[in-house]
Amino acid sequence: MKINNRTTHKFLTTSLMTAGLAIAGSAHALTVITFGGASGDAMQEAYYTPFTEETGHAVTPGDYNGEFARIRAMVETGNVSWDLVEVESPELARGCFEGLFEPINWEVLGIADDLIPSAVSECGVGTFVWSTVLAYDADRLPRAPESWADFWNVEEFPGTRGLRRGAKYTLEFALLADGVTAEDVYDVLATPEGVDRAFAKLDEIQPHIQWWEAGAQPPQWLVAGDVVMSSAYNGRIAAAQEEGRNLEIVWNGSLYDLDFWAIIQGSNHVDTAHDFIRFASQAETQAEYSSRIPYGPVNPDAIAMLSDEQAARMPTAEANLEGALAVNTDFWVDFGEELEQRFNAWASR
Amino acid sequence: MSLQPYASPIERIWFWVFRIFCGLILVFLMVPVLVIIPLSFSDSTFLTYPIQGFSLRWYEQIFSSGPWMDSLRNSLIVAPLATILAMIFGTLAAVGLNRAEFPGKGMILALLISPMVVPLVIVAVGMYFFFANLGLLNSYAGLVIAHAVLGVPFVVITVNATLQNFDYNQIRAGASLGASPLRVFFTVVLPQIIPGVASGGLFAFATSFDEVVVALFIASPSERTLPIQMFSGIRENISPAIAAMATLLILLSVVLLLVMELLRRRSEKLSTHR
Amino acid sequence: MSSITANHNADNQPITGLKAQLRRAERMKKIKAMLLVAPLALFLIIAFVMPISSMLWRSIDNTEVSSVMPLTAAAILDWDGQGIPDEAVFEAFAQELRESRAGGGLGRIGRRLNYEDPTFRSLLTQTLRGLPLSTEVSWTEELIGINARWNETSTWLAIQRTAPTVTDRYLLAALDLERDIDGKVAQIAENQRLYVSVFQRTLVIAGGVTLICLFLGFPLAYLLATLPPSKSNLLLICVLLPFWTSLLVRTAAWIVLLQSGGLVNSGLMATGIIDSPIQLVFNRIGVFFAMVHVLLPFMILPLYSVMKGVPSSYQRAAVSLGAHPFAAFWQVYVPQTVSGIAAGTILVFIMALGYYITPALVGGPSDQMVSYYVAYYTNTTNNWGMAAALGALLLVVTLLLYMVYHKLVNQKQLVRS
Repeated sequence: MKINNRTTHKFLTTSLMTAGLAIAGSAHALTVITFGGASGDAMQEAYYTPFTEETGHAVTPGDYNGEFARIRAMVETGNVSWDLVEVESPELARGCFEGLFEPINWEVLGIADDLIPSAVSECGVGTFVWSTVLAYDADRLPRAPESWADFWNVEEFPGTRGLRRGAKYTLEFALLADGVTAEDVYDVLATPEGVDRAFAKLDEIQPHIQWWEAGAQPPQWLVAGDVVMSSAYNGRIAAAQEEGRNLEIVWNGSLYDLDFWAIIQGSNHVDTAHDFIRFASQAETQAEYSSRIPYGPVNPDAIAMLSDEQAARMPTAEANLEGALAVNTDFWVDFGEELEQRFNAWASR
Repeated sequence: MSLQPYASPIERIWFWVFRIFCGLILVFLMVPVLVIIPLSFSDSTFLTYPIQGFSLRWYEQIFSSGPWMDSLRNSLIVAPLATILAMIFGTLAAVGLNRAEFPGKGMILALLISPMVVPLVIVAVGMYFFFANLGLLNSYAGLVIAHAVLGVPFVVITVNATLQNFDYNQIRAGASLGASPLRVFFTVVLPQIIPGVASGGLFAFATSFDEVVVALFIASPSERTLPIQMFSGIRENISPAIAAMATLLILLSVVLLLVMELLRRRSEKLSTHR
Repeated sequence: MSSITANHNADNQPITGLKAQLRRAERMKKIKAMLLVAPLALFLIIAFVMPISSMLWRSIDNTEVSSVMPLTAAAILDWDGQGIPDEAVFEAFAQELRESRAGGGLGRIGRRLNYEDPTFRSLLTQTLRGLPLSTEVSWTEELIGINARWNETSTWLAIQRTAPTVTDRYLLAALDLERDIDGKVAQIAENQRLYVSVFQRTLVIAGGVTLICLFLGFPLAYLLATLPPSKSNLLLICVLLPFWTSLLVRTAAWIVLLQSGGLVNSGLMATGIIDSPIQLVFNRIGVFFAMVHVLLPFMILPLYSVMKGVPSSYQRAAVSLGAHPFAAFWQVYVPQTVSGIAAGTILVFIMALGYYITPALVGGPSDQMVSYYVAYYTNTTNNWGMAAALGALLLVVTLLLYMVYHKLVNQKQLVRS
């Protein structure tokens, strides 16, 4: 039995305290909506509680599963009950273009120079960097795979593989496996021949693929022995490693992307939201967050505050960025629907 | 159905084949539920066998964190209210539909079951826009109404099915003996259709208790229901905490059902003694 | 006095009087029946039909361009589609593009135009940035100067297609159709065809699940209905318990059971029935397992509640009159349960049609049903026109099937009586 009294106590006091503050200042509470789960718990400790302590502004946390439609409905009806929301980059680009998010006032915020360049965007401020990596079970493979070409090599590495069900990431990985360099992937993919090439490459391993839908699935499958390797979000693989599972990550050919803070158009707390973003973008708070879950800080100074072991797990660690590829959001916003439809037609053949 | 002493060998075989078949179906129904219970005591963050270590950390998590208990409370507020609303509206309508032929009956029946048909995402977005104008967003009332809408077809269909075998002469007999229509309904009709009303209500309750798509739109963080809590963070992790919550709910319903069964037996005993 | 007239009337025209009375009674009964249905009908019209119709309207709604750029829309509809439009169109377009920034108008037209050509969004942003401040210029030259694509007929044709206030493009796309350059309806490229097969597979999966549920549910409901209550209530708990368990939990449980390192496979391998794991999940088999499990109670309970009301005496009478027990079962018992079968199958079938979370988590790419794509278009890409079109088609298909089914079941019941 592992009942830890101190954690319980801490949990109780913090939740009681935030609850009390939420009631006291509910009229002025900032509603922050994230993807929840382990990341949401880390945000509670690293951002919400200290922010409330420091500024007196209560935070009402909530979570969603990326229901972008809700944000659009909110703005279209003028019934804005969320203030700040964590969004993935394609949603940020779409929402910004469609006027669903308030433009970020970078002058007021004054932190543009402290952050990595890709965290600075017209309507959003980077929250953290996450990565889709090749993960494998080191106990089951004869030698460590090194690239997506090895992922495609079913002779040397027999067994089922996991990939995300959808065109996004999958087509990039197929081209990387086919020998396209990281810099050229999106140029190739923008041509009809490039798309055909990616699908032809996918034809090769289609029978060996088990497609995942929720990000929770690949680590589960690796642990259960259902697949020998899989694309996966790096955060969950690290959690499995902490539990003593012999899962390994290949950073070469990983696709990294950012989650962003975005302020919903028509929010009543635009200023408080800016304050919150500034607070959550400091090196100290970012390091606090990243020490709890291995998603990379957008403030490069935070890396130095982490232990070496922790820093090595970040997608933004220098060694991990080698051969890594940033997701081209604009490409997916423009061509996503077409390619997803083609992918689904291909996959159901 | 019991085996007669004079049954032929073929009937005996048939009897046992039938029993075994039914037993297998019950196993099929129960196994997934039983599989989940041990996982709730696992110390791993993954829902997998074999279980490596025993721990109560997931129970600790659901009892100590506000969100789990709050969402359970919210679900226990919303689901019964939505069920009652659906049962009242649905039973009345089913009785009316069976009472007489009237123009447009087919259309009306189609209307009454349509909430089951429309994809939930569309219902959710449509209701969001509509409820925003009525001020029903982010409120229990909105959630109750939405879930009542989703539960109504079940009540209509099941009550309708039980009414098909109902003999309307009984109503006439009741009325001719001087009972008021309401009294006829409560003493003659209702007792006979109660299995249908109950199973319809059960479906409506389960629908509300397990509905996540519409709730995600209508509810704000303070009205989050249990399914929302369960689905939260699925991008990263299906945590065994949901197995712990499921185990608690199973325990709760077993206790409730057993208590009901005991009460029923007692009242049966009392009535036979009388 | 009145009683005398009434008598008088009754004496004179006894038959018509009785008819009138009957008709009145009939009418009263109808009104009563309608009054009973009215509260629910009203409730659903307000809380369901109105919200849904406004959402489904989006499947033909095409007002983005005509509301943000009314002048351009009106002007371009008069254009003959040859070469490029005249300066008036260019000017209206440039002016209205500049004004579209306010109130999210640019986003709306951008989203709409992107469905015609996925590069429109960046074209619009680039053009907006390059627009000159002065108004005394040739807009045709300016726009072409910013991007040569404004000199292409196809660019303007795309805008022309978005100008009318209603469109059939979403509904056509939901059937793998599109309008070609001449405006004729044609099939889309073969490697993009998807939704017809998705609709087919949705019907196949829902139908299969329904049949399996009936096959499993009928015997179990029969057992429950014929056992003494003390035993049947205990068994009923086994039917109800899965019901209280969250969909996500049950789906996760099936994955734990069926995956290749899962309990079923390791059990089969330990007993030596199979040598290597067989694929039981993330394909059609897994979808059937999980969906049947979720929906089986919806078959059992209506059957059970109807069977409870069927007296066993008829069946016994048939046997005592010399009928074979099986014949007595088929010819006497089963017909009395038709309403339960009807209710159960319709519940299960209709519910199965709308499923998406379960198939999403235990199915492969070729097992996804219509609702999955509705959710995808609503939440991921914000293409509500497409979501509404797929949803509307699903609704129409289901209601048609329901009508057919209703006719069939009613006829059966007529035959029986």
